[in-house]
Amino acid sequence: MPEQPNSDRDLTPEVSAETDVARLGHSSPPPAHEQTADEDAQIADWEGIAAQPQFKALLAAKLKFIVPATLFFVVYYFALPVLVGWFPELMEKRIGPVNLAYVFALSQFFMAWILAYVYLRKASQFDDQAHAIVSKLDQPKGGAK
Amino acid sequence: MNFLLAAAAATPAAAPAGFQFTPALGMFLAFVVVTLGITYWSARKSTGASNYFAAGRGITGWRNGLAVAGDYMSAASFLGIAGMIAFKGYDGFMYSVGWLVAYLTVLLVVAEPLRNAGKYTMADVLAYRLSPRPVRAMASLSTLTVSTFYMIAQMVGAGALVKLLLPGVSYEAAVAGVGVLMIVYVVFGGMLATTWVQIIKAILLMSGSLFLSVLVLKHFDFSFVKFFEAVGKVPVAGPDGTLVEKDFLKPGLIFGLQVTKGWGPIDLISLGLALVFGTAGLPHVLVRFYTVPDAKTARVSVVWAMAIIGAFYIMTTFLGFGAATILTPAKISVENMSAPLLAKALGGEIFFAFISAVAFATILAVVAGLTISASTSFAHDFYTNVLHHGRERGPGEEVRVARIAAFVVGAVAILLAIKLQTINVAFLVGLAFAVAASANLPVIVLSLFWKRFNTSGACWGLGVGLIGSIILIILSPSVMVPGGKGLIDAEPWFPLKNPGIVSIPLGFLAAWLGTILSNDRTSEAKFAELTVRANTGLGAEKATAH
Repeated sequence: MPEQPNSDRDLTPEVSAETDVARLGHSSPPPAHEQTADEDAQIADWEGIAAQPQFKALLAAKLKFIVPATLFFVVYYFALPVLVGWFPELMEKRIGPVNLAYVFALSQFFMAWILAYVYLRKASQFDDQAHAIVSKLDQPKGGAK
Repeated sequence: MNFLLAAAAATPAAAPAGFQFTPALGMFLAFVVVTLGITYWSARKSTGASNYFAAGRGITGWRNGLAVAGDYMSAASFLGIAGMIAFKGYDGFMYSVGWLVAYLTVLLVVAEPLRNAGKYTMADVLAYRLSPRPVRAMASLSTLTVSTFYMIAQMVGAGALVKLLLPGVSYEAAVAGVGVLMIVYVVFGGMLATTWVQIIKAILLMSGSLFLSVLVLKHFDFSFVKFFEAVGKVPVAGPDGTLVEKDFLKPGLIFGLQVTKGWGPIDLISLGLALVFGTAGLPHVLVRFYTVPDAKTARVSVVWAMAIIGAFYIMTTFLGFGAATILTPAKISVENMSAPLLAKALGGEIFFAFISAVAFATILAVVAGLTISASTSFAHDFYTNVLHHGRERGPGEEVRVARIAAFVVGAVAILLAIKLQTINVAFLVGLAFAVAASANLPVIVLSLFWKRFNTSGACWGLGVGLIGSIILIILSPSVMVPGGKGLIDAEPWFPLKNPGIVSIPLGFLAAWLGTILSNDRTSEAKFAELTVRANTGLGAEKATAH
C-alpha cells in the first residue's frame, strides 16, 4: 500500500471532512482509512475474483463449516427449553449432586466455548486462503493489503 | 474543563437534604472520577470521524472482547438474573443460557463480514448494493428504536436501583446523574471513552462476581456436594405462609406448563429465538466491531467476549443459588437486591458498597454504548446520507451532528425515564431484542447471502419486523394486564410475552416477499463485490495510524 502523506495522524477534518462520503474539490486522495466503497471501488476486478476457483473454494469451505455449525448449535440450544418444558421427568433424573436439567444447561456454555474455539482454529485456514487470493492480485492504489 | 465539573457535580449536588455519604456513594464517585479522567484523555484524541465513531479502529482483540462484554452485560443480567435464580431457582439459570449462545450467531455469521464491508454502522453493509437512502432511513429508524427502548429500560432500572442502594438519593437525581454522565462520555470522549468505560466496567463486574462466588463456595467449605444439597432444600413460603423446603434445581417455577397455562416453554423458545437472532442485530453490539483493525481481530474479540460472558453467567448461578440458600428468599426484600444483599451478608458493608458501585458502573457502560450507537446512526445514516446525499457541508459536520444527537438522545431518555418511573418497563429489553431479531438480522443476513435481495425487500423486512414486534408486544401480557397493573387494562390478545417466534418469521417473510414482488434487479450487480469484500477483507476500512 503506498504511504499517504502525513498518514501518521487522522486527517479527517482537513482532508475529507467536507465530503466524508463523496469528496469534492481535493487535489490529494484521502487516507486509505477514510476511503469509501465508491472511492476505491476499482481497487480490484470484483467479478474476476468472484469467478476464481480459489475464491469459490474459500466460499465453499466457509459454508461447509458455518452452515452445519450453526444448525448444530441452534438444535442443541433449543433442545434445552423443549426437553425441560415437555419432558420434565426425564430432566429431573439425578446425576450425582445435581440433575440432568442442570448438567444440560451447564453443558450449553461448554458447547458454545468449544464451538467458538473450533471456529477460531478453522478460520485461520480461511484467512490463509483469503490471503493467498489477495496477494496474487496486482497491487493497485490504496486499500488492499 | 467545565463539563467535567458540571458532570462531577451532577450526582451529589442533585441529592436532596437528608442524604448521607455512604461507602457505596464513595466508590461510585471514584468510578465517576476515573471515567471522567478517561473522557478528558479521549476527548483530545477523538478528532476526526473514524476516531470519534470507531476509536480509530485501533482497539486490540482482547480489549474489544472486554468492551463487548461490558456493553452487553446489563444490570438486568447482573441483578435481575441473580434475583430470578434466588427466587425461582433452575428456570432463572435456563433463562441466562441464551445470552451466551447468542454470540455464536455473532461469531459465525455477522462479525467478520460486517467489519470487512462496513464503516460506522450496520446500514453501511446494507447500503452497499441496495439503494442507500431508503435503506439507511429505515435502518436508522430501527437502530434509534432499539437503542431508545433499551436505554429507557436501563435508566428506569438505574433510578429504581438507587432508591434501594443509596437511601437519600432520589429517583430523579439518579436518572439525571446517569444520563448526564453518559452524555458527557459520548459527547466529549466518543467511542474511545465509551470503550474504556465498558472495559473498566467489565473488569469490575467480573472481579465482583468472582469474589462473591468464592465467598459463596467458602460458605459451603468449597464443597459442591454440600452446595447442591442446600440448593435441593431451599425454604420458601408455602401457600399457607409456613416455610416448606423446595428443590431449586427442579425446573418449572417460571416457565413450567402448570404455572403458565401451557405457554411457558413456547415463551421461553420465543425468547431464545429473539436472543439468538437479536444479539447479532443489536446496533450497539455491532458498532463495536468497527473499533478493531480488521476482521480477524473482530473474530478474536467475539471469542474473548464469549469467554467473559459465559464465565459471568455461570457465576450468576453461584450468586443466585447462594442468595437462595444462605439468605433464603423469605429474607430478601426485593428480588433484584439478592446479589447486593448476599454481598452484605458474606463480605460486609464495604463489599456491599463495591457491588452497588459495580451495578451503577454496569448501567453507565451499557447506556453509553447505546447512546453512541444511536447518535452515530443518526449522524452517519440519516443526517449525512439520507438528508444530504452523502455529503458533509462543512469540515467535521458529521461528528458535530453526532455530538448534538447524543445530547438530544440522552436528554430525551432522561425525561422519558422520569416520566415512566412507576411503570414496569422490563419488557422494553425484550422488545429491543425482538426488533433487532425481526427487523435488523433478516436484512443483514439476506443482503450478505442472497443475490436477488433488493431495496424493496430490505425496506419491507425492516418495516414489518419493527412494527410487527411493537404491535405484538402491545398485545402481549407484558402490556395488557387485567386489573390496571399494566399499561393497558385488558385481557392480553397475544399469549406470549416474547413475540420472537412470530415476529422473526414475519420479518424474513416480508423481506422475501418485498424482494420477489419487485422487479428491481440493480442490487445483483454489486453482489460479487460485496461477497469478495466480506470474505477477503479487500478494501476494508483501515485503522488510523496512531
